[in-house]
Amino acid sequence: MVFDRREFLKASASGLVVAGTGSALSMAASAADSTLGPAALPAGALQSSVLEALPGKVALIKKSYRPPNFETPVRYFNEPFTSNDAFFVRYHLAGIPKVDAAAWRLSVGGEAAEKPFELTLDQLRREFQAVEVAAVCQCSGNRRGLSDPHVPGVEWGYGAMGNANWKGVRLKDVLARAGLKKEALEIVFDGADGPVFDKTPDFVKSVPVWKATDENTILAYEMNGEALPHWNGYPVRVIVPGWTATYWMKHLISVRAVSEPYKGFWMEKAYRIPKGKFALVDRFISQETDANTPITEMVVNSLFTNLYEGSVLPAGKPAVLRGIAWDGGYGIRAVEVSIDGGASWRPADLGMDLGRFSWRQWTYALPEPKPGNYAVMAKATNRIGASQAFELVFNPPGYHNNVVQRINVKVA
Amino acid sequence: MEKFLLAVLIAAAPALADESMVKLADGDGKQVVEANCVTCHSLDYIPMNSVFLDRKGWDATVTKMIKAMGAPIRNEDVPVIVDYLVRYYGKP
Repeated sequence: MVFDRREFLKASASGLVVAGTGSALSMAASAADSTLGPAALPAGALQSSVLEALPGKVALIKKSYRPPNFETPVRYFNEPFTSNDAFFVRYHLAGIPKVDAAAWRLSVGGEAAEKPFELTLDQLRREFQAVEVAAVCQCSGNRRGLSDPHVPGVEWGYGAMGNANWKGVRLKDVLARAGLKKEALEIVFDGADGPVFDKTPDFVKSVPVWKATDENTILAYEMNGEALPHWNGYPVRVIVPGWTATYWMKHLISVRAVSEPYKGFWMEKAYRIPKGKFALVDRFISQETDANTPITEMVVNSLFTNLYEGSVLPAGKPAVLRGIAWDGGYGIRAVEVSIDGGASWRPADLGMDLGRFSWRQWTYALPEPKPGNYAVMAKATNRIGASQAFELVFNPPGYHNNVVQRINVKVA
Repeated sequence: MEKFLLAVLIAAAPALADESMVKLADGDGKQVVEANCVTCHSLDYIPMNSVFLDRKGWDATVTKMIKAMGAPIRNEDVPVIVDYLVRYYGKP
């Protein structure tokens, strides 16, 4: 969707008033999306955010320069897939190499593998069957900025996520070549990026061997038909559909099978959720403690993509509300919309099913909106009956925010 | 991993040109904060995390930088840093 700067300036000068058709609602979306995030973000987070373009990217919302953390303005989520140049960027550590494809090697081994080996990028592409999976990539802490009370960390709004068609090889095929020993418990991923100081723990993650050998877990070398952008993990990254992006190791260089639970800061201390507070099917048992468990599947969630706090819709003219819904891979069964602050709900129309790990677009038609103020809400339910929360399940790291959105709009 | 790093064309990311646009509030301790924090990350992490952390919150954050992230901050600089963060980026 092309963003016309002159139209934006005109529309914002007129106070976000929409005149005309549903497409004008998109223009209002462009205008309203000039904000750098929802008003509920910490004031300092809004003040220190700027629209800035990393090399190869369109202008995204800068949360931090170094390491780069940039989120995607919501209007880009009106497309079924998020274009590579608009895809969000997230790094923990500032030592980010520019990987040379010819020199890149993937090391596959570990003490729970029979036959360690190395692959060039060419070998990875040629020697294993290519598969594709459409999957949402979402930061565990997406919407952390909306936590109440606020918690420290990267103060994301809605945009630390994106949907892409990922092409690569099955991790299970690569591991089969290495030969997993009976005692293989976890598969450890390491990327070429790393800390500036040697005392800072490197970003290394593990997944249970059953998740690693799931047919949907892939090592991707293409995203939406192109090579991965540098900032999204060139040349190869891990894709763990349904699980949060912390496991989706970028700039992958090492895959190791281990027979003991991997110990490292980013597994043991970070990315942990309290046990029993979130409905989960996928549990990372080998990493559980009495107190907590690693974050795994995404929680069911939805987002308005063409409507914002304060949007104004023209009275009597048909309008179409748009949004997306997604979950940890069970599929979206329904999205319901309320325009009276939750008193009554009606089903939205679900768009094309692009696969259970992709988000599902939805629309809700307002054929003849009457003048007034409306509290508009959307609630998704997935195929195993999980639905969004109406109240935040607070946790200090700020994970799993799937509170039903409530947006105040006006028809005038 | 080290072997591979030698073989690959590595450029540790230089500070983006615009990082210099991030200006912290003037005040006692600002230089100590800048000198210590900027080694690992841009300074915008500080204003991003404001203004909702109280003294306990900023203290825990600085402690995490030292204990979990290995930041080489001298003991005598810790109270200077925490005082500055509380005063200029802390919950009013």
